Amino acid sequence: MNTFLPFLGTSLFQMLLVGLLAPLFLGWLNIVKALLSNRTPASLFQPFRDWSKLLSKESIVPQGSSDLFRWAPPAVFALLLTSSLLVPALGTHGKTVAFGDALVLTGIMALVRVLMALGAIDTGTPFGNLGGRREMMVGFLAEPATVLVIFTASILSGSTMTFQTADALRSGTLLPTPSLVFGGLAFLLILLGENARIPIDNPSTHLELTMIHEAMLLEYSGPSLALMEWGSAIKLVIYLLLGIALFFPWGLAGDEGLSDLIRAGGFLLLKLLTAGFVLGLLETLMAKLRIFRVPEFMTLAFLLAILGFLSHFVLEV
Amino acid sequence: MHHPFEQSLIGLLGGLLLLTVFAMLSIRRIFSMIRIFVLQGLILSASTLTVGLASGERHLLFEAAFTFVLKVVALPVLLFHLIRRLRLRGDVEVVLNVPITMVTGIFLVIFSYAVASPLVRMAMTVSRGLIGVGLATILLSFLVVLTRRKAMTQVMGLLSLENGLLFSATNATYGMPMIVELGVALDVLVGTLLFGVFFFQIRDSFEKLDLERLERTWED
Repeated sequence: MNTFLPFLGTSLFQMLLVGLLAPLFLGWLNIVKALLSNRTPASLFQPFRDWSKLLSKESIVPQGSSDLFRWAPPAVFALLLTSSLLVPALGTHGKTVAFGDALVLTGIMALVRVLMALGAIDTGTPFGNLGGRREMMVGFLAEPATVLVIFTASILSGSTMTFQTADALRSGTLLPTPSLVFGGLAFLLILLGENARIPIDNPSTHLELTMIHEAMLLEYSGPSLALMEWGSAIKLVIYLLLGIALFFPWGLAGDEGLSDLIRAGGFLLLKLLTAGFVLGLLETLMAKLRIFRVPEFMTLAFLLAILGFLSHFVLEV
Repeated sequence: MHHPFEQSLIGLLGGLLLLTVFAMLSIRRIFSMIRIFVLQGLILSASTLTVGLASGERHLLFEAAFTFVLKVVALPVLLFHLIRRLRLRGDVEVVLNVPITMVTGIFLVIFSYAVASPLVRMAMTVSRGLIGVGLATILLSFLVVLTRRKAMTQVMGLLSLENGLLFSATNATYGMPMIVELGVALDVLVGTLLFGVFFFQIRDSFEKLDLERLERTWED
């Protein structure tokens, strides 16, 4: 009982933090993209406005769809919010918080992907079908690369728990090792692919035949749509937090002192602002790949991950 | 004689060098290929400089400066000039598709790491761990030459091969004697000039820079 209450408190706090950071990050990313393409940006809180409007509407369910369609959005949202407990946001103290390691995280992501694809296929519309299949294709190509990247970082730290990995890497030198450079690049490609960012998928279109993520969401409306979009934003932030934990863990707090946590919060904000800028820049500079080039892109991620894994044994003994 | 910082810096630069060759393998545009070659020259000269500083070998410092002048300034200018004169643009034609090339590349890397591991134990240099990377760079550059069809991109592969040789020599034995290095560097410069002349000749006789037609030795 004594350990349970603080556990509950920190867990709730972490979920709330990630859940609120996600729309803010999305807003910031959209601001960066708008500014880079000479448009007047919407406010930072635009995602909140969109989603609160959607949440107040009624949910319309297509004829002939099953319960799967109705339950997919809350399940996806809940799973993603839960998986936010597996990555360190502020401190690495979380030995009590963590109930799984990075591999569990990839497992949850796979489950989320399957649920989304099933929900999309359930309605029987061609677009949903197409989007679901494509999502599974990208996912199965990205997953081995993700696992290899996690292993690379784990070899350096001796644990697949993200909290301990971040803790071990935090005390290392500032100069990244070659394996971490390869791993980081692979992770960047994975992040772009898994979160439907621009070289793989265009997040701001509902009209292209090459869309992946949006094709799956076409049939959702009202609160379901809000939950799905919020879930995707949370997924992006979770991937960013994982990337920060594995490759840029400096500034994470070690102990649970309040001043430490506030300092870590400042660092986190700084890192997320930078990440948003870099992502926005990448999305503005790159063109969307043809769908048949996507396997090539993900192969590159996988090969970089293998290179990182190998380089650890050759260059860093 | 421990240089932990220099050693990890050299390791990092070696990893980046390998990355540039992989980028060369996967890239589809000639301009980007030359930009990557410039980057490769920069990494090579930085790593030579670091090895020179860590080991105290004076001639490596000269070599780093020389590499910089030749490979970051002179050769790219020459290559860009050639491209402009030949009015080359657009995509590089590849013989194999890119994923297969990349997987082959990974196997080459594993092979060269395996071959280099006994060598690493015998070498005495600060940067002996990187012999495998040098070997991998050489083999991957061969792969670049093999999988490209245009004369221009094949020459890029050869130039990257020379980078790999220089990198290996620096890391295995602190470089070849100065006079050999100078000779090789001049050869590369003159070779590129000669290739430039050849490009014009090839284009004049075949109206294309595609080397496929050179492979046929008689009319059929």
